[in-house]
Amino acid sequence: MDTYSAMRHFADSWALLALTVFFVGVVVWVFRPGSTPQHRDSANIPFRHDDKPARTETTHDGATSNKEARK
Amino acid sequence: MWDYAKVAMFGVIAVCAAIAANYARDMAYLVHALIIMLVAAGMMVYTLRRMGEAKPVVDTTAYMDDVIRAGVIATAFWGVVGFIAGTFIASQLAFPQLNFEWAQGYANFGRLRPLHTSAVIFAFGGNALIATSFYVVQRTSAARLWGGNAGWFVFWGYQLFIVLAATGYLLGATQSKEYAEPEWYVDWWLTIVWVVYLAVFFGTILKRKEKHIYVANWFYLSFIVTIAMLHVVNNLSIPVSLFGSKSVQLFAGVQDAMTQWWYGHNAVGFFLTAGFLGMMYYFVPKQAERPVYSYKLSIIHFWALIFLYIWAGPHHLHYTALPDWASTLGMVFSIMLWMPSWGGMINGLMTLSGAWDKLRTDPIIRMMVVSIGFYGMSTFEGPMMSIKAVNSLSHYTDWTIGHVHSGALGWNGMITFGALYFLAPRLWNKERLYSSAMVSWHFWLATIGIVLYAASMWVTGIMEGLMWREVDAQGFLVNSFADTVDAKFPMYVVRAAGGAMYVTGALIMCYNLWKTATSSPARQAAPVAAPAE
Repeated sequence: MDTYSAMRHFADSWALLALTVFFVGVVVWVFRPGSTPQHRDSANIPFRHDDKPARTETTHDGATSNKEARK
Repeated sequence: MWDYAKVAMFGVIAVCAAIAANYARDMAYLVHALIIMLVAAGMMVYTLRRMGEAKPVVDTTAYMDDVIRAGVIATAFWGVVGFIAGTFIASQLAFPQLNFEWAQGYANFGRLRPLHTSAVIFAFGGNALIATSFYVVQRTSAARLWGGNAGWFVFWGYQLFIVLAATGYLLGATQSKEYAEPEWYVDWWLTIVWVVYLAVFFGTILKRKEKHIYVANWFYLSFIVTIAMLHVVNNLSIPVSLFGSKSVQLFAGVQDAMTQWWYGHNAVGFFLTAGFLGMMYYFVPKQAERPVYSYKLSIIHFWALIFLYIWAGPHHLHYTALPDWASTLGMVFSIMLWMPSWGGMINGLMTLSGAWDKLRTDPIIRMMVVSIGFYGMSTFEGPMMSIKAVNSLSHYTDWTIGHVHSGALGWNGMITFGALYFLAPRLWNKERLYSSAMVSWHFWLATIGIVLYAASMWVTGIMEGLMWREVDAQGFLVNSFADTVDAKFPMYVVRAAGGAMYVTGALIMCYNLWKTATSSPARQAAPVAAPAE
């Protein structure tokens, strides 16, 4: 099979399937049970650090969350 | 040490540019070589004079806002330049006498048209995107911009790209690809600037202090990455000479056309849509003072938009040498785009739910809402025009131009104005804007201007399409091309009037922003011991 046909067949079979599965996976992941508080938290990101970057050493609730610095 | 390297580098560039100017084979290349020579020599002198001086101390615990201030100024400046150019060429179409005899070959419609499109899309829109993306990525990552002065390199490098592109168009250096007209060396320069832009943006995301990457950054990032890919592939060309501006495209025939519209449509999809959606997802919630309506919807909006947009390009090539299946594919994907586009529009508008009263009191919110409204309208119109039957009427007519402008003036322009009004008091540390009434004036002038523009283009476009296809009982065409040109005159005058209103609004904005930066009351320092939220 020439390159063009091979790529065509790949595109309209496996590649199409992979992209569709990925997309459906995203939708399922977004609506997974128990995700609502996390999304609500993400939606509030713009309201946290208006004036200043967070300082690295800020730890609020123990050592586990020291990657995150919240007001 | 770094200073010595810089002086040497600028010196070498200046000498090389001087040699290139000496051997230049055409006017555009000569002028560009001289511009580069002067810029490099100027930078060399500047670096030399400051050598050994103490470096200004930079507060690295604060956000890097000076480059964003420069970006706001550049956005407003290039916006006015681009709008004036557009209004002028609209007048040229209505009154051909404006193609002055003394400026033939430089300021006629054919030379000024790419100047207008590039000025508004890349100079106005591009500067707005770079400035707002730097603002948004810092605030939503809670981190200072990565790379130090690399941000400044992106800003000035991009301005140099704009100047090279614009002067090139006037002097006739073009590779004749719509929205990708700049010739090979300007493309190379933009590639360098863009890679640094990606590094600065992505570097900031990598050192973020928030766990989650806010959705606006996803849109900005997809815009930066996709534009890099589109730009490189669509500009694959071989220069005829190292000392001339002319280059030859690598692709030919229908492959070249398809590559061009894969680029062209995704310039709309990722530059003018994804990038500006990044603005929407930050500035609308901020101005409305409430989080986005549905964060889940915003994630689906993102993935659906980028998965679908990239395939829609073939709808620019209906009824051409492009295979039927390819143009059908483009049409189908364009129609599917209705869903993410309207999902995004609903998400933006519903962010105001519970705060609709702000529409009455806050002209900035009004601007943003009208912008999202135009986003919904033009993303409805676009898929409709991509349907083959509609396209057979609309293609090559002014309807297309009307469609583009309802998106560009309405969606991109208005959301950018909203963002500029939001940014100015914050960046210059002012209590508020200089004048709210002026924002209202700007709002109404711009909105009525767009309505005049879009409505006149619908009328003239559909009229022209119908005139072209009209045949008599014997099957002969009824109208000559000149008949349609003649019939379009009144609509062309209305269009130019709409454009003039839009420019006037933008000038009012510039005055307002200037007065905000210079004479608005300064912001009171926040109380030291603010209660925890």
